[in-house]
Amino acid sequence: MSTAVTDVTVPAEAVDPAPDPAAPGPRRKLPGRRTLILLLVLATAAVYLVVRTSAPADDDNPWAFRFFSGVRDWVDANRDTSPLFLYGFNYLRLGVSLLVDTVHGALYGLGWAGLVAAAGALAAVVAGWRIALLAVAGFLSFGVLGLWEESVDTLVLTLSAVLLAVLIGVPLGVLAARVPAVGAVLRPVLDVMQIMPTFAYLAPMTLLFLIGSPAATIATLIYAIPPAIRITALGITEVPKSTVEAATALGSTRWQLLGKVRLPLARPTIVLAVNQAIMMALSMVVITALIDAPGLGQTIVQALERVNVGAAFDAGLAIVVLAVVLDRITTHAAHRAAPTTHRSVRLRLAGPVVAVVAVVAATVLGRMSSWGAEFPAAWRASFAVGVNEATRWVEFHWYDATEALKNVVSAGLLDPIETVLTTTPWWLFLVVVLIFGALSSGPRAAVIAGLAVAGLVGLGLWQHAMQTLATVLVATVATMAFGIVFGVLGARHDRFALVMRPVLDAAQTMPSFVYLLPAVALFGASRFTAIVAAVIYAVPPVVRLVERGVRDVPATVVEAAVSSGSTPRQLLWKVQLPMARRGLLLAANQGIVMVLAMVVVGGLVGAGALGYDVVAGFAQREDFGKGLAAGFAIVLLGVLLDRLTQGAGRRADDNRLRRPAT
Amino acid sequence: MPPTIAVDHLWKVFGPKADKVVGTPLADLPRAELRAQTGCLAAVRDVSFAVEPGEVFVVMGLSGSGKSTLVRCLTRLIEPTSGEVHIDGEAVRAMNPKRLRELRRHGVAMVFQHFGLLPHRQVVDNIAYGLEIQGVGKAERHRRAAEVLTLVGLDGHEHQYPDQLSGGMQQRVGLARALATDPAVLLFDEPFSALDPLIRRDMQAEVRRLHAEVGKTLVFITHDLAEALSLGDRIAVMRDGALVQVGTPEELVGAPADDYVADFVREVPRADVLSLRWITRDAAPDEVLEDQPLPAGTVIRDTIERVLRARHPIPVVDGDERIGVVDAEQLLPALTGHRPPVPA
Repeated sequence: MSTAVTDVTVPAEAVDPAPDPAAPGPRRKLPGRRTLILLLVLATAAVYLVVRTSAPADDDNPWAFRFFSGVRDWVDANRDTSPLFLYGFNYLRLGVSLLVDTVHGALYGLGWAGLVAAAGALAAVVAGWRIALLAVAGFLSFGVLGLWEESVDTLVLTLSAVLLAVLIGVPLGVLAARVPAVGAVLRPVLDVMQIMPTFAYLAPMTLLFLIGSPAATIATLIYAIPPAIRITALGITEVPKSTVEAATALGSTRWQLLGKVRLPLARPTIVLAVNQAIMMALSMVVITALIDAPGLGQTIVQALERVNVGAAFDAGLAIVVLAVVLDRITTHAAHRAAPTTHRSVRLRLAGPVVAVVAVVAATVLGRMSSWGAEFPAAWRASFAVGVNEATRWVEFHWYDATEALKNVVSAGLLDPIETVLTTTPWWLFLVVVLIFGALSSGPRAAVIAGLAVAGLVGLGLWQHAMQTLATVLVATVATMAFGIVFGVLGARHDRFALVMRPVLDAAQTMPSFVYLLPAVALFGASRFTAIVAAVIYAVPPVVRLVERGVRDVPATVVEAAVSSGSTPRQLLWKVQLPMARRGLLLAANQGIVMVLAMVVVGGLVGAGALGYDVVAGFAQREDFGKGLAAGFAIVLLGVLLDRLTQGAGRRADDNRLRRPAT
Repeated sequence: MPPTIAVDHLWKVFGPKADKVVGTPLADLPRAELRAQTGCLAAVRDVSFAVEPGEVFVVMGLSGSGKSTLVRCLTRLIEPTSGEVHIDGEAVRAMNPKRLRELRRHGVAMVFQHFGLLPHRQVVDNIAYGLEIQGVGKAERHRRAAEVLTLVGLDGHEHQYPDQLSGGMQQRVGLARALATDPAVLLFDEPFSALDPLIRRDMQAEVRRLHAEVGKTLVFITHDLAEALSLGDRIAVMRDGALVQVGTPEELVGAPADDYVADFVREVPRADVLSLRWITRDAAPDEVLEDQPLPAGTVIRDTIERVLRARHPIPVVDGDERIGVVDAEQLLPALTGHRPPVPA
């Protein structure tokens, strides 16, 4: 019955008369639309040629920078007197700092032997002995790489942030799923939080919480909490209605329903939420090195600044190992948490006991013996020398090729686009965004995108924003090209998909910072490096979405097309790709947001523009206002790109839904 | 003694202005028209009936006829729009949440089409769930669960998980869970439609046996006419949210209230359902009759041999009173009448 309720609005739509009785239907409307767009493009080009400017440099000290600097001066002056800080942010910082110190004390208190044993034991209990072996090997590798302390520091920050994210995020997720008003308020907030590039979080954090571990933990918490909330809410919503109804019919109270039915049934999904929170936290924790958080991120940032790829490689490897270990533990824990997994009670009780005994034994032994104080130096090994040699070899032998590629892309694609964008007056850009946004995504999205453009102008970073946009556009085109090719191949050839899947899995667990390394190794420090890193970073999810889109085309439709004699090529172009359109647009949306995040991080390796402004803002006090403004500009750019592409995806969906009705 | 369940002018309207429909001229509109005009769906329309203690009351209708909504309105799993439901004389719609929970915990239990078992609990803890949420101690609720487990024939499966059981066995667990709290009323919402036909027959037999053994009042929802006829003391036929006819299986088959019901029961073998009283004729003034009469309540099928072998018409009696006679002429239409006409 309840399904019938959902479509009660149908008659209202049916009553709605066709807005334009002359329009005969979609078939003849399409060419008209196409002509219109062509005319608009030509008109835009003509206007551009008439009114283009000579790419004036951004104002050195516009209103926005001064404003943000003023804010900072006020905060610095009042940090110890204003009640907002005295009773608010300062206590928050103190509390988080206390938590970080506690976790820090606990992990270091175990000693290296105890911590390795603890990782293994935890993995054994929640994820099985294979994963336990992986965890032990992984944690040992931190010591072997000579990065034990840095790794543990990173782990401390990650765990602290995830702990908070789970403590806050899971209840919020439950609320969002159960109380429609909370869900409605949270959804747009989470939407914006998820398209915010990591860099944009940092400056406001330093403003409120100074630099160091507490600020890093809070920035990480904010970055990691959206998936925790979202996935928990999803898990709670997905609990079968029939089960809830049966429990209600037996007289359960609301709390009984939550504690005995909803939460247990959502448990695997909630563990998955924890997994996602950990992965997000890890990728953010590394970046918080920029605001002076300790850990592996520091090692990488310092190595990147000296373009010492070898040193960065060791640290990058340690991050990847940490990511893989944490990911495997939580993914397997999620599988085990499934209500259909049944283990004997004895095993369930005995496991933790044995695990605790093992950890205690390892800790005590490690503390008492001489070798336990510090990770034995004799076991150390490093890839730094080898990687540096390899990099030099590549530089020496491939220099011509890499340089040629870099130059061709820069001169042939990047520079022209950048020139056009930077010489377009902002008002023309705004008009174009409004018109094409309305055409592709509807008036609402166009207005939001237009507001974002206006915001960019107001921040006084127009030229830098356009430079970043040019880089993003080029990287996105490359990402989509690679993504579609690999995605379609994966969808059409099972064997290819089988090989590709573990690669994609590994790629998606790696924190974004790591992707800078191969790019820097090949292309040194330049704008092009950021593009390469962004492409490597964004291709895996795009491949995945494209593959799923093509695979989701109903088997019956494919069968019908094949049985009427389509060649594989016709099948792809006439059936699979058109029907996967929504998947492709979703992939473009996801890809563009990820590309932006990475291009900004590329500011560290010579990409300049907004990313560099943010980094400089941390480094020099007088640039703080500009850095903060750049952070906001990045967010606005993200909103602009997201609205334009997400709206397009939705629109395609609407059209398809409506077509049978018209 | 009041009826166990009394339903009085019950309405359930889904939609944006659900409460603005009942009691206005809108309520008289056919379902489709109401939907076109207001966007509201009248799932249950002005339904009244009463279920006597110990009775098996079947509600039958096609999918979308509102029968599942109706049964959910009885314990307010779906809140009725208007009208009243009394259970054991108490007005259900007037109950506060606490009293309503009490009713669900002790008075009325329900068995669902898709079982609604908790996959993370063993069979025994699924069955004991109702007792657990009442705060019954573990030993006591496991003892009680073991009892009903035996009753539904699931001995030895108590420590398995629902996904390790077949569909039929899962529904036995659902049944056991409903029985565990010892309610006076059991509601069944198409409990066997998700099962294979053979299992379904077993389960129907199981319900008949349980009814005989524990003597509860049952309200049984189904879209399967054969199931309705075999289980129901009385059957209510629903169409587009309204009751079309309420009566015994015999009344439905013998005297369908309208073409809709007639259409429904057309293929029922009448001889299996109707008793002799439906086919007797008056004896002619000086007709020679058999000596040994037949009771009027005998199902026609059981009399075929005697009637066909008899040389004269057989008198049919209700107690001592003769209500008519029956012979082969009377029998034949009942035996052949349910077949749809064969095109020439």
